[in-house]
Amino acid sequence: MVLIGLLVRFLRRYVRQISVLVVLLVGQTIGNLYLPNLNADIINQGVVVGNLHYILRTGEWMLSLTLLIGLASVVAVYWASRVAMGAGADIRQAVFTSVQRFSARDMNSFGTASLITRNTNDIQQIQIFLQMALTMMVIAPIMCFGGIVMALHEGAQLSTLLLVAVPVMAIFISVVMVKVIPKFRSMQTRIDRINEVLREQITGVRVIRAFVRDDFEADRFDHANVSLTDTALSVNRTFALMMPAMMVILNLSSVAVIWFGGRLVSEGSMPIGNLTAFLTYILQILLSVMMAVMVAILVPRAAASAERVMQVLETTPVIEDPRSPVTPRDLNGRVRFNGVSFSYPGSERAVLEGLTFTFEPGATNAIIGGTGSGKTTLLNLIPRFFDTSSGVVSVNDVDVRDQARDDLWHSLGIVPQSAYLFSGTVASNLRFGRAQASNEELWRALKVAQASEFVSQMPGALDAPIDQGGTNVSGGQRQRLAIARALVKRPNVYLFDDCFSALDAATDARLREALATETQGATVVIVAQRVSTIMHADQIVVLDDGRIAGIGSHGELLESCVAYREIVVSQLGEDAAR
Amino acid sequence: MSMGMGPMRGAGVPVQKSKNLRGTTRRLVARLAPERLKLTMALVLGVASVAFMVSGPQILGNATNVLFDGIVGAKLPVGSTKAQAIQLLRAHGQGQLASMISGMNLVPGVGVDITRMGEVLGLAAVVYVGGAVFNYLQGFTMAGLTQRVMFQMRQDVEAKLSRLPLRYFDSHSHGDVLSRVTNDIDNLTTTIQQGLSQLITSILTIVGVMGMMFWISPLLAAVSIVTIPLALVITMLIARRSQSHFVAQWKKTGTLNGLVEETHTGHELVQVFGRSDFVVDEFARQNRSLYEASFRAQFLSGIIQPSMQFISNINYVSIAVIGGYRVAGGLLSLGAVTAFIQYSRQFTMPITQIASQMNMLQSGVASAERVFEFLDADEEDLELTPASGHEPVSGRPGSVELDHVSFRYEPGEPLIEDFSLKVEPGETIAIVGATGAGKTTIVNLLVRFYEIDSGRILLDGIDYRELGRDQVRRSFGMVLQDTWMFSGTIRDNIRYGRPDASDHDVVAAAEEAHVDSFVRTLPEGYDTVLDEDASNLSSGQKQLLTIARAFLADQSILILDEATSNVDTRTEVLIQEAMSRLREGRTSFVIAHRLSTIRDADTIVVMDRGRIVEQGSHEELMKVNGVYFALYNSQFSGAST
Repeated sequence: MVLIGLLVRFLRRYVRQISVLVVLLVGQTIGNLYLPNLNADIINQGVVVGNLHYILRTGEWMLSLTLLIGLASVVAVYWASRVAMGAGADIRQAVFTSVQRFSARDMNSFGTASLITRNTNDIQQIQIFLQMALTMMVIAPIMCFGGIVMALHEGAQLSTLLLVAVPVMAIFISVVMVKVIPKFRSMQTRIDRINEVLREQITGVRVIRAFVRDDFEADRFDHANVSLTDTALSVNRTFALMMPAMMVILNLSSVAVIWFGGRLVSEGSMPIGNLTAFLTYILQILLSVMMAVMVAILVPRAAASAERVMQVLETTPVIEDPRSPVTPRDLNGRVRFNGVSFSYPGSERAVLEGLTFTFEPGATNAIIGGTGSGKTTLLNLIPRFFDTSSGVVSVNDVDVRDQARDDLWHSLGIVPQSAYLFSGTVASNLRFGRAQASNEELWRALKVAQASEFVSQMPGALDAPIDQGGTNVSGGQRQRLAIARALVKRPNVYLFDDCFSALDAATDARLREALATETQGATVVIVAQRVSTIMHADQIVVLDDGRIAGIGSHGELLESCVAYREIVVSQLGEDAAR
Repeated sequence: MSMGMGPMRGAGVPVQKSKNLRGTTRRLVARLAPERLKLTMALVLGVASVAFMVSGPQILGNATNVLFDGIVGAKLPVGSTKAQAIQLLRAHGQGQLASMISGMNLVPGVGVDITRMGEVLGLAAVVYVGGAVFNYLQGFTMAGLTQRVMFQMRQDVEAKLSRLPLRYFDSHSHGDVLSRVTNDIDNLTTTIQQGLSQLITSILTIVGVMGMMFWISPLLAAVSIVTIPLALVITMLIARRSQSHFVAQWKKTGTLNGLVEETHTGHELVQVFGRSDFVVDEFARQNRSLYEASFRAQFLSGIIQPSMQFISNINYVSIAVIGGYRVAGGLLSLGAVTAFIQYSRQFTMPITQIASQMNMLQSGVASAERVFEFLDADEEDLELTPASGHEPVSGRPGSVELDHVSFRYEPGEPLIEDFSLKVEPGETIAIVGATGAGKTTIVNLLVRFYEIDSGRILLDGIDYRELGRDQVRRSFGMVLQDTWMFSGTIRDNIRYGRPDASDHDVVAAAEEAHVDSFVRTLPEGYDTVLDEDASNLSSGQKQLLTIARAFLADQSILILDEATSNVDTRTEVLIQEAMSRLREGRTSFVIAHRLSTIRDADTIVVMDRGRIVEQGSHEELMKVNGVYFALYNSQFSGAST
């Protein structure tokens, strides 16, 4: 089972602690089992013969034993908490770390939201299970086994009763479990469903309100809530049967013990004190079974969570570093596509086909084309977010697949289509790519990105707080900060993915002008929708349905490329195309 | 809200206390109020069940007595009376034994009365089975009760989500809000489900068992009673300390959730900017601090149970010793002691149970507090009941007037200042201006995502404040920057704006938004299920779907907020045509950055720092040679430089 695999893997570190824990728990349980035995002695050798001294002496011994048991269990709880919480933290760290190595495709196949749940909620379930399991799973078998041994010791004949009681209980529990476990699984998926709906409602709050669909959303939630409640109700009602049924089995066993035991005692084949002890042992044996059940209740949920966590841990990223990476001799920033084609796995249609061109250092290169023409996909091949289906992408004159990705990324500065900022301050965001950048450098980058004005007006300026995602600044400000962030990094290849779209035309123009001097010597690649953004580029690649429709300067393309001309006419009017 | 950026606090620093333990608990209890009847029923069933269960050991004790009487009786000379036997024993110097026998109900020379024992045991069996039946009925009732309470709690959270102002979502970390409505609710449900029923049974059992104990032997009962305050004090001492750690644990879980969410969302940026190691370290730091808090919480609450067991064992030993003395002294029967030992187990078991439930309860209360905090967050201001006659806003012409409107997100930071604008039905208003001029804010105010601070907005001559928010929003069709889709089919997503639209209408809207041909290339067509982040669509495709959605919604006023920035120019030309068709007879607000797309607007409003600086048609504004002129020309500056 996956759960066991996961636990074995993460508990290995704690073998010593667990051994100590087991020893303590064994000691504690044996002590608890021995107490009724002493009690039997008090009755047989103290009460029945009226030996007060014996009663007192045994009482003292019982008391010290009790103290030892108490100490042992406190230390046991200490180690159980350390191990359970420690292993939980280890799993969280492992999941988080392995997601860091994921490629874009791995991220997509899991979904961000699902990865978050796996990283927190799922691990929490495993942690709760572990905490219970570490104590009860150890105690229960020892208590059960020890109880049987002691019971045999007290009265071998009576122990045949156990041959009836224990199987009856086991069968009953199995029946309930078989009924309940599938329901538990469906309960888990329904909890997931509720969380999914809530998550969507939080992220989509603007759209929901704009369309006044609160009622619809309430219905959607209501539906999920009702179905969760129904399942939970049926699970809990089945469980309501469990306790009383166990109690009946347990208590009827006690009645049987006295009935059969009474006969043995009256025949003189068993001392009466043993009867009382026997009752306690029966109680403990059945109690241990119940304990096991309590842990078992947690198993289905923990197992489902373990599977989800394991999936993340066992994912081999689609893209990994080469075994012997090649370090580029010269970080010149040249980006070259040679016969590059790309199609998504399982898809027959190629998104990109037969692309060959070179983005030279010191030049501004532009990519223009319609939605779905493959512009962003093309850009994603450069940082190796995806691998080509055929052909070679090289950066710094070395195939990207032969480079260590950290080295590759070191050369690149990316400004994505939708600007995303991290919680912290303006400065902490700007230093994202180069932690040691000075404040002067930050301001310089902000100036180029046309962001210095609004940043200086923010309370605290560089130290102004930024919320997660950058939601406390406007879309245009976010984009300019994202551009500044890339500038601070000072890479030799800049990739701007349609990131000027939220800027007004005037800001756009000023920014591009400033950018030109700032990025001198570096390779600049701009993806854009607006012709005005790219028309002065040194080289423009016109993409149409994943193929190159034309390459050249603005003037050349106006002459030679029909698709480009169409775009120019539609945006700037007939005059501009002349 | 910079989180976790500061230096780690030392482990010795006291963690924050649960702000209001008692208040939160009281509110949780108040949630049970609607279930009063069922709760009473469960209590009655519980009392019945406990009464039966509790008399069991007493009856079993009687059986032991019958047995013991028989055994001792058999050892005494046949034919003698009990008094004679006692005298005989005293004469032989066995005073101890004699006094014990004096307290027994035996006939010398007669062995165990099997028939009588059978009767007693039969009664015990009946009592046990009866107790179990009542117990089951109680559990059954409680299951329904707790599920309904939690159902309602979740419904309340959902309802709250729809009443919170947008300000709340804009100013709180999504990860933390999500953690409250999922992780914390989840934890609370588990607590109530497992904790409440057990708590009731445990308390009833304690009371019942105590009664029985006093009935059997006031002395032994008094001994046992002494352990109760001891148990209570220990539990409370420990619980108080661990509670604060539970609060810290859930708070840190929320923070960690926030970090995970943001790192995963910005995954590629983190990679390319070489921040992976840093982020992993940051996670390790927060993870470590979560670990410390959760370890403390678990350990502290975990030692409650062994402490209770220790007290229980002391109690057990005391009963065995003192009971032994009493039996030997003839003051108590052996059956009573056996029964008592069973009782003392039954008595300490619920205390131990309550104690072991304590950590669950504590953690549950900590979660409840976070949930209540969420439920208590400031809501949108109560709306005036819409005045009669104002109801049918749809079908109205759609004139909008902003009259001296001022607004600020943060007090003291004016954003929109004294903004006035009158829009006649059917007009197209283009709002342009530098980034940060307040264009998006105007949209937020128009659809009442935020409420204005002063001035008024009129819709067809009616003040917004006299209308319901929904009435206002129903008049607007929107295409926002936000290309949010819910997990469902493409068809249902397009239909989002008008739920009663027919399939035919959906396809028609899709055709107008030029998304139909793309949808048809998908294997499942309109029934394609979009996943959570709609990651199976490109951003352009998502944008097209949102446009189709707005087409279908068909409202009298349109807001297009940077809607076309992700659509390629060729498709955009077609959309422009469709848009102008759609704009016919409708009032439209267009917020675009490409000035070419708004040239034909009736009025162009140029904004700067929250104010209108210029206003007029394209031709008029070009003549003015002002801000708009400069903006318009800068668009082509790329060509000239």
